[in-house]
Amino acid sequence: MSVRTLVINGKDVAGDADQTILEVARENSIHIPTLCHLKGLSDVGACRLCVVEVAGVNKLLAACVTKVEEGMSVVTDSPTLHDYRRTIIEMLFMERNHVCSVCVANNHCELQDAAKELGLTHFDLPPLEPVVEVDASHERFVIDHNRCILCTRCVRVCDEIEEAHTWDVFDRGAGCRVITDMGTPWGESRTCTSCGKCVQVCPTGALFEKGRSVAEAKHRRRFLPYLRALEQDQQ
Amino acid sequence: MTKATLATVWLDGCSGCHMSFLDMDERLLDVAARADLVYSPLVDVKEFPAMVDVTLVEGAVSSEDDLEKIRMVRAHTRILVSLGDCAVTANVPGMRNPYGPGPLLQRAYIENVTINAQLPSQVVPKLLAKSRPVHKVVDVDVFLPGCPPSADQIFWVVDELLAGRIPDTAKMSRFGT
Repeated sequence: MSVRTLVINGKDVAGDADQTILEVARENSIHIPTLCHLKGLSDVGACRLCVVEVAGVNKLLAACVTKVEEGMSVVTDSPTLHDYRRTIIEMLFMERNHVCSVCVANNHCELQDAAKELGLTHFDLPPLEPVVEVDASHERFVIDHNRCILCTRCVRVCDEIEEAHTWDVFDRGAGCRVITDMGTPWGESRTCTSCGKCVQVCPTGALFEKGRSVAEAKHRRRFLPYLRALEQDQQ
Repeated sequence: MTKATLATVWLDGCSGCHMSFLDMDERLLDVAARADLVYSPLVDVKEFPAMVDVTLVEGAVSSEDDLEKIRMVRAHTRILVSLGDCAVTANVPGMRNPYGPGPLLQRAYIENVTINAQLPSQVVPKLLAKSRPVHKVVDVDVFLPGCPPSADQIFWVVDELLAGRIPDTAKMSRFGT
């Protein structure tokens, strides 16, 4: 344990050198919005919603992947950060086809919640409205790419917890997709154990169990920290 | 002082926002005491008045008829409120946008029909290439998303507007549900 002392929003706080700004902030009841972060999984800084201002650094840093340093001065909320976060959420909504009112995850969606938290009342950016595929070939689950925000929680939980590594990320830019087994249909995957962890960690309605209708896809995520703790005990 | 005027307009939506408006229940009496409902699917007036203080718009702009109507409404309205997800984001009407109106009409009027399959050519207004939120077509003063917005939200917005204030809906905003 190597203690680092720093200032977050004018408050003196302390954390371990291995901890991120996000972890230390949360331990001190300082709220930073997140989307791709999920306790129990590694952090990748994919969504950038947790960006913060650090004194002396001329760019914004993702709190989930930035380790605390001695003497650091961090601001987690400002008009600039609020604007950036709103734009991130707006871009996520405009990139694919998100229709909250008829989505399986309606009312159980972290993208919908983030829009509410940031006070988005409408979207000014032009929507891409792409034709996006839905893969329902798996016996029990569906991946609807219309709702995917590429947070990669499914990829991480499959690799780090289930250790099957069925999911991965394919292509770049607007063509980027999460894929199963090098791009074969999910139902034909030879590595998928059908454990359903990916479905439970999905922040939106992109991954859901068959038979779920509008607003019926509740996620159960509390298993993750327990599984992670068990794993660490065994090592 | 003359009484304020209120109008509601129904474009490409399911009328759920109007049902939510009616769900204001006894508060409708309060609204009626302070404003006259001068044009609405709920009242029998054919012509939009020369100038209306507040107009609530439900639905996306999906057809040539919607487009003509919303431009006319905007020209004759002081404060235009985009009411509900269809007006604010195009919502369900916008789900056909990736495919365009051609495949949509084909699916609805030809493929899924067992007798007398034909595309509508009379009475039914021509669809626009894309179904659009109201603010992509005309200026909007207040946004109230929700599918539908609750009666409480609608009352709060109408109440504020009739009191001469522009409500900040950011704190109560939510898409869907």
